[in-house]
Amino acid sequence: MELKKITPFCYEIPKSGSMRVPGRVFMSERMAAQSREEEALKQVANVATLPGILKAAMAMPDMHWGYGFPIGGVAAFDWDTGVISPGGVGYDINCGVRLAGTGLEEKEVRPVVDRLVNALFQNIPSGVGSTGSVKLPPKEVMKVLREGGRWAVRQGFGDPSDVERTEDGGCMAEADPSVISDRALTRGAKQLGTLGSGNHFLEVGVVEEIFDDETARTFGLFQNQVTVLLHSGSRGLGYQVCDDSLAFMAKHVRTLDIQLPDRQLACAMIRSDAGQRYYAAMACAANYAWANRQIMLHRARETFQQVLGIGPRDLAMHQVYDICHNIAKRETHTVDGRMRTVCVHRKGATRAFPPGHPAICEAYRHVGQPILIPGDMGTASYVLAGTQTAMEESFGSTCHGAGRVLSRTAAKKKSKGRAIHRELADKGILVKWTGRSTLAEEMPDAYKDIDQVVDTVHGAGISKKVAKLRPICVIKG
Amino acid sequence: MQSHYTLLDHTADLRIRVTGTDLADVFRNAGLALFDLISKPDVLESREVIEVNVTGDDEADLMVNYLRELLYLWTGNEKLIKMIDILHISDTAVSAQVSTDRYLSERHEILHEIKAVTYHQIDVSQTADGWQATVVFDV
Repeated sequence: MELKKITPFCYEIPKSGSMRVPGRVFMSERMAAQSREEEALKQVANVATLPGILKAAMAMPDMHWGYGFPIGGVAAFDWDTGVISPGGVGYDINCGVRLAGTGLEEKEVRPVVDRLVNALFQNIPSGVGSTGSVKLPPKEVMKVLREGGRWAVRQGFGDPSDVERTEDGGCMAEADPSVISDRALTRGAKQLGTLGSGNHFLEVGVVEEIFDDETARTFGLFQNQVTVLLHSGSRGLGYQVCDDSLAFMAKHVRTLDIQLPDRQLACAMIRSDAGQRYYAAMACAANYAWANRQIMLHRARETFQQVLGIGPRDLAMHQVYDICHNIAKRETHTVDGRMRTVCVHRKGATRAFPPGHPAICEAYRHVGQPILIPGDMGTASYVLAGTQTAMEESFGSTCHGAGRVLSRTAAKKKSKGRAIHRELADKGILVKWTGRSTLAEEMPDAYKDIDQVVDTVHGAGISKKVAKLRPICVIKG
Repeated sequence: MQSHYTLLDHTADLRIRVTGTDLADVFRNAGLALFDLISKPDVLESREVIEVNVTGDDEADLMVNYLRELLYLWTGNEKLIKMIDILHISDTAVSAQVSTDRYLSERHEILHEIKAVTYHQIDVSQTADGWQATVVFDV
């Protein structure tokens, strides 16, 4: 695939064949030389063929081979003439990240870190098929789907300020539970408040470095502060919504005059009944994910208080922000000098709105939206802030994490004969996990270098570095 | 069992190649491969037999729909599959009888959380020795 360097951190895939727009990939020269991710580049070019796509099909530096759309992909479609695609969002709808700060410093938590990791592991259900601590009758599930994080706070899981500091206030208003299948509801009823498996985790970390004092202060972050970072999504309910929608759209798309280079790109016109149905179902799953993370943060709060023997005031656990990195959103963007209503698909990409944007909560509006970028469990995670450049260059979007480099099988091979948990313990990171192969599959070597990914989006100007977090203990599914 | 499928490399997901003597055999083996990835079948008992009927536009679409249906037995009903009999098959419809066991956390170890069966690179085709299928599971 031809790649043309257009700026030090941005490469173009020139328009060819049935591409309606070019491809644009944010990466550094070093990344371009190291790993070209041919399969992912081909997928960027495939996305560029879809009707109504604006400006360019984009990919972030953490991109890798997905199904249909690449992971790390961003694509915006004109609301009136474009398509919406479940494959552009992914199976784990509103998979996302939540960060909370505490009033504690590392030295206060270190002595009890053993007990803390065990208690978190016990109180937050994780692993395949784990069922939640919150059992719901179907009627109540409908409320979760409609209200998201707000439902959870109303039930006593957390504080109204948590919801305020959540993307979209923890609720997409377009959610319509009447379009959700019984299968999705069945799966949703038993998994609320569970972490899941794979790359999902809860991590207790420490603020290791601050790059931007004022913004960090505004986000409530300080040097050596203990933090809680949570990565999870909409669990089986979201997978089922995606699967139901794909099954339907695979048939539906043949009624339209669209040639798909890959069946997994099945889509519908946004304004059609099929498109609106998917958007309403996706919004339900997004709301479920926000309620899910809200409950788990609450459990983490309780666990800290219990282990440290302190009250809420001394713990002072406050939510910094919660972002989604698998979603499609109706947003307004300037395209060719004109304000347009668009549907931005972010699949393994994070919203990065600039200072002054009305969608950001008031407390942060003057510094820009917080962006939470989890790394692999052995290195670091980052807090960034959104920028005006992101609005101009990437439909207000940036990267979402480190991005895999090794397949799960390759990671398992590489970890043979090694004790990953001991290697991490030597670095001062305690890990508790459920699945037999989880640690090997999720080992630090399986991921790209998070520093390189973050330096690229910072260099490209589509977000700016605020703080770096170092893990001290992690629970994995 | 394992001899009828191999794991192929894929960065984030699980990709398998399944072989079979005929179309029914490749469908049977694909279903068993899916459940071999979820949980080791040797400790399972055949407690309940369930009939599954699925349609599709062609063999590839049929394969995705069939595996979806089998996967839901696990994700929705907590049943693990031990055996599969293909009763009837054409290129657009399949009927199968599956013997299942109820999941018990103390008896069954879950190896992979398969989120979904994808259309990504789906292929079901005839070879010199029979049939083969390539399927990507999202994990």
